[in-house]
Amino acid sequence: MSTAEHAEVNRRDFLYIATGAVGAVGAALTAWPFINQMNPDASVLAMATVEVDLAPIAEGQAITIKWRGNPVFIRHRTGPEIEAAKAVKMEELPDPLARNANVKEGDPATDVNRVVGEKEQFLVMMGVCTHLGCVPIGNEGEYAIVEGGGKMGGWFCPCHGSHYDTAGRIRKGPAPENLPVPVYSYLSDTKIRIG
Amino acid sequence: MSGPSNYKPTTAFGKWMHERLPIMEMVQGQALDFPTPKNLNYWWTFGGILAVMLVVQIVTGVVLVMHYTPHVDLAFASVEHIMRDVNSGWLLRYMHANGASMFFIAVYIHMFRGMYYGSYKAPREVLWMIGVLIYLVMMATAFMGYVLPWGQMSFWGAKVITNLFSAIPFVGDSITTLLWGGYSVDNPTLNRFFSLHYLLPFVLAALIGLHIWALHVPGNNNPTGVSVKSSQDTLPFHPYYTMKDAFAIVVFLMFYAAWVFFAPNYLGHAINYQEADPLVTPAHIVPEWYYLPFYAILRAIPDKLGGVLAMFGSILILFALPWLDTSKVRSGSYRPIFKQFFWIFAIVCVALGYLGSKPAEGWYVVFSRILTAYYFAHFLVILPLLGLLESPKPLPSSISDDVLAKKNPAAVPAE
Repeated sequence: MSTAEHAEVNRRDFLYIATGAVGAVGAALTAWPFINQMNPDASVLAMATVEVDLAPIAEGQAITIKWRGNPVFIRHRTGPEIEAAKAVKMEELPDPLARNANVKEGDPATDVNRVVGEKEQFLVMMGVCTHLGCVPIGNEGEYAIVEGGGKMGGWFCPCHGSHYDTAGRIRKGPAPENLPVPVYSYLSDTKIRIG
Repeated sequence: MSGPSNYKPTTAFGKWMHERLPIMEMVQGQALDFPTPKNLNYWWTFGGILAVMLVVQIVTGVVLVMHYTPHVDLAFASVEHIMRDVNSGWLLRYMHANGASMFFIAVYIHMFRGMYYGSYKAPREVLWMIGVLIYLVMMATAFMGYVLPWGQMSFWGAKVITNLFSAIPFVGDSITTLLWGGYSVDNPTLNRFFSLHYLLPFVLAALIGLHIWALHVPGNNNPTGVSVKSSQDTLPFHPYYTMKDAFAIVVFLMFYAAWVFFAPNYLGHAINYQEADPLVTPAHIVPEWYYLPFYAILRAIPDKLGGVLAMFGSILILFALPWLDTSKVRSGSYRPIFKQFFWIFAIVCVALGYLGSKPAEGWYVVFSRILTAYYFAHFLVILPLLGLLESPKPLPSSISDDVLAKKNPAAVPAE
């Protein structure tokens, strides 16, 4: 089309622009449901809370529960484990952030910021390595407390060798972040709801 | 597609058809009369072998789907049902599982043949790049297929590989949630992998169509790397190469059958016969053998994003190979120094595969890092420099001269 022949805007130009515009917007709008259907559906979202009674968990004992398809570690920590976690200086931590959904984003990863309601004996966190999603093994790794012949607290991921300390903070290995603490609250002194 | 064709329909039906759909002209021009260098060796038969393996995988896969149930509660049991109850189900499943490994053996030989003889160089860059794309789609297809039996290695392999995407800054976590359809690998993940595992082989078939199209424009490379100069250099594809390919295919199928019948689980992992448990990671998780070199590269880098970038980079760098190799000489047979580096590179790839199968600790990590550095150096340093520094051996004046010289060294005087 030369400009000399079509100096004026004609009907074909209008159709060309109108079709292109409606087509592009329509394609984008149509693409969205095809992408969004891949996101978690209503039945998956419906499973998103779980209640746990902490009373039967003895000191030094840990349980694993399933929440949103993932393991959640709940550990009743011993005094030495908490002390060891408190003794760590913030600048020694590869990830200095608390990664706790119950405190302000950006709060430092002090031991008390890793729990809820200052109940430091109960450590509740996702059992999903922040590297590539394997389940770390409890009472293992270089940052567990050595008591007698055994190890207490601390986690080690067997897949690619990440070590977490007694507060679930990454200390060594390829994982970039501390094990995240999910949203949870105390319903009573010994009962929590996760999610 | 171009190519000479002197197709003349002889029957009345042939004439009628030719005026409406000249398909027989294309068959004759592209598949029967297609001029092919007369010196192709058996390394050139793996393209045909790969086409056969794709058909084997599609046929066995379509049949397996008739007995398989894509649900987290039923998938594992339905695979056992195939193994125990379905007539010949064990055979079909072993054919499909080992077929994937055979597919990769053939594709690796095909790729290394291309690298040795410089088949990626002008004017075959697009042909090579479509090939790399085919390889990527193959890897995605095989990965999703391995998830379907829903064993322990299926589950944890899926979890680790999908978590690779969480390394992407800012949007990584949203992408993994989108891939999973939940907060972890679960039923929605299994369902979508099943859907895509069924789709992608047909995408592969289409890409192979483009690959052959891009092959038939410049024609085959050959062991001398010298371009075809006259009809003296070529033979019609049929019967010369249909026969040569058919012979190689039958030999390869015998090799394949030996695995299926005598070592059907050798290439798999015993722990995948244990049903997936989202709460327990097996002590030692490794991918299938054909991903091991890339897994070693992933683990060699002590940083999550860095490891993921290195792993994808190690495959994507193949797209740039036609421009990284600066030598004008195609065939490695005439490049004495390149030839040595080629074999070092091949050994490095195998060694990386070995390291990928070992735990990420101690000396294994040290060697993984050294070999990962070498892998990238091969493409980014050695190949660009070799083309400038190396003096290649004199090339034969034509394919035909080379063939005659090898047959009777005295007949053709050296130039």
